[in-house]
Amino acid sequence: MTDASHDRLKHFVSDAPFDPYSVEALTAEQESYYMASQWRLMWWKLKKHRLAVICGVILLIFYLSILISEFLAPYNLHTRQTGFIYAPPQQVHLFHDGEFVGPFVYGFDYHLNMDNLRREYTPNPDQVQPIRFFCRGDEYKWWGAVPLDIHLACPAEGGTLFLLGTDRLGRDMLSRIIFGARVSLTVGLIGITISFILGIVLGGLAGYYGGWIDIVIQRVIETIRSFPELPLWMALSAALPVTWSPLLIYLGITLILGLIDWTGLARGVRAKLLSLREEDFCTAAVLMGARPRRVIFRHLMPSFMSHLIASATLSIPAMILGETALSFLGLGLRPPITSWGVLLNEAQNINVVAIYPWLMLPVVPVIIIVLAFNFFGDGLRDAADPYK
Amino acid sequence: MLNYIAHRLLIMIPTLLAISFIVFVIIQLPPGDYLETYVAELESQGENVDPQKIAFLREQYGFDRPFLEQYATWVFGMLQGDFGYSFEYSLPVSDVVGDRLWLTVLVSFATIIFTWIISFPIGVYSATHQYGWGDYSLTFLGFIGLATPNFLLALVLLYVANVYFGTSVGGLMDEQFIDAPWTWAKFVSVLEHLWIPVIVIGTSGTAGMIRRLRANLLDELQKQYVVTARAKGLPSFRLLVKYPLRMSLNPFISDIGSLLPQVISGAAIVSVVLNLPTTGPMLLDALRSQDMYLAGSFLMFLASLTVVGVLVSDLLLAVLDPRIRFQGGSR
Repeated sequence: MTDASHDRLKHFVSDAPFDPYSVEALTAEQESYYMASQWRLMWWKLKKHRLAVICGVILLIFYLSILISEFLAPYNLHTRQTGFIYAPPQQVHLFHDGEFVGPFVYGFDYHLNMDNLRREYTPNPDQVQPIRFFCRGDEYKWWGAVPLDIHLACPAEGGTLFLLGTDRLGRDMLSRIIFGARVSLTVGLIGITISFILGIVLGGLAGYYGGWIDIVIQRVIETIRSFPELPLWMALSAALPVTWSPLLIYLGITLILGLIDWTGLARGVRAKLLSLREEDFCTAAVLMGARPRRVIFRHLMPSFMSHLIASATLSIPAMILGETALSFLGLGLRPPITSWGVLLNEAQNINVVAIYPWLMLPVVPVIIIVLAFNFFGDGLRDAADPYK
Repeated sequence: MLNYIAHRLLIMIPTLLAISFIVFVIIQLPPGDYLETYVAELESQGENVDPQKIAFLREQYGFDRPFLEQYATWVFGMLQGDFGYSFEYSLPVSDVVGDRLWLTVLVSFATIIFTWIISFPIGVYSATHQYGWGDYSLTFLGFIGLATPNFLLALVLLYVANVYFGTSVGGLMDEQFIDAPWTWAKFVSVLEHLWIPVIVIGTSGTAGMIRRLRANLLDELQKQYVVTARAKGLPSFRLLVKYPLRMSLNPFISDIGSLLPQVISGAAIVSVVLNLPTTGPMLLDALRSQDMYLAGSFLMFLASLTVVGVLVSDLLLAVLDPRIRFQGGSR
């Protein structure tokens, strides 16, 4: 046994530097993937959801448009063309008599049908009215401050441009829909901010402390949820004093929408907190002497913020629809504030709509926005948990 | 089980009380009261108002008493079947309301049945044919249904019916039956008109239900016991019906709690557009004219309908699912 020892190879030690992690070495690409922050991972996952991205872009375009509504709209919000009441939409043509003219519309001949007193407008093929672009039209104050008069498109000199027709006061529908976006789209954002704050604070209190606070908040949520949303909204907005200025009414309506909507978010926050506060990292934080506020906001909140944002996105359309419904019924916003719901209020009478169907057109942007928010929110929700 | 029912019933009482208090606060919110509006209206028409008469009316309706006393009177009145007085119609609320409450219940109930009947086969089909073209197109349709606000749908339907068919789809019965006593013919007429509001109100709920049923069934189909059964060679239909389908049926019952407020909400506004003789249009009028007891009764009724509906769904769920039953109602 002992003589076998000299047969052994000499103990070999390599002098070359050794990296113990060489096997697990990451390429730059892998590293950027494994080291990526949660938000970055979410972004990558969201990008893969093509429909969600498209809807996000649509939403972005709509929201950007409210910055420059005055420029995009051919007319001002309250510009009245008294000669063109209930004028139908004008079609855009490119060719006149086989010749290329560029985008233009035919002027209207007005005629009052003496049998049924209907206003009839017929396009007059002799009046070619080329649309002007980046032109000077109605003067406006951009966001009520900067006086300008430049528009993306305006009617020909002395002509008209009603791409979506006019309403009962001879106001251009397209311009009004563009301006209406400003109110309709922001109602949801302000409302969701209110309900977000309420949801996080109350849900957080209930979930973190438990005990009687939890019981009280749970009961309040249950009571509010057993009200059908819309009748409650109707009752509350009917209670807004008539003497308030339109702006106050607007704030009041958003407040009402937010005050009732928070329950769903609060429930989500509470459920997440209940499960998360049992996790080790939370216990560790408490043992190290972190105060409740720090534990909630520094340690717990980031773990479910993404979910919250996703579910908030999904409840914005409910608010937009709520405002539309209220204004449609005449309980919500009132002119001169113009939202899509206020515009639809004119379409309440089916007899009017049957003759002037273009009054229903504000339905279209409402549906587009609600669909876009739903798809986008769905994509966000899928992306909210990137570690799956 | 009895324990559970008793527990649920006991919980309902404070909830209803809280609801009634909120309702009363809301109908008291507008500044002034109906009489003030009434007096202002008369004065604007140049009519003389007898202050003594107003003072008498004010005392009669208890407007001069403190808030809590008014509330207590209202709640105790309701318990005895006295829902207060409608100023607009100068009649007791229960006389004004008439059939409206029952028609609202009918419409809501029919809508929920419709939701079940439609969403069940579609949900099962979508789940068993996941990612097929049928699934995709149904999902897309569902999304549209979810996104289209139902009052706009009602408006579009009215327009289409009016312009292309020359008829009105509004109302809930033929004209000769309005205010007529209930007969078989009137009942049939109501059934004939019922389907349009039911479809309009039911679309978004149906779309949601399909999505939930599909998700539930998909979860269930991936479980081990299904794999085992498949490995044993169980016929696929039997495999589906035996356990996974039963397991995924729970949301049908448990979702009434979220479906019912949605349906009642939808019914309120759709009935205004379609001019149905349900609570919606009258609630709107009552809110506009500050007819507080009428509006309050409607709000109270709609909220109680939800609470009772949720109670029924919880009890049904307890019957179906022993896990809930044996916990004795502790949550």
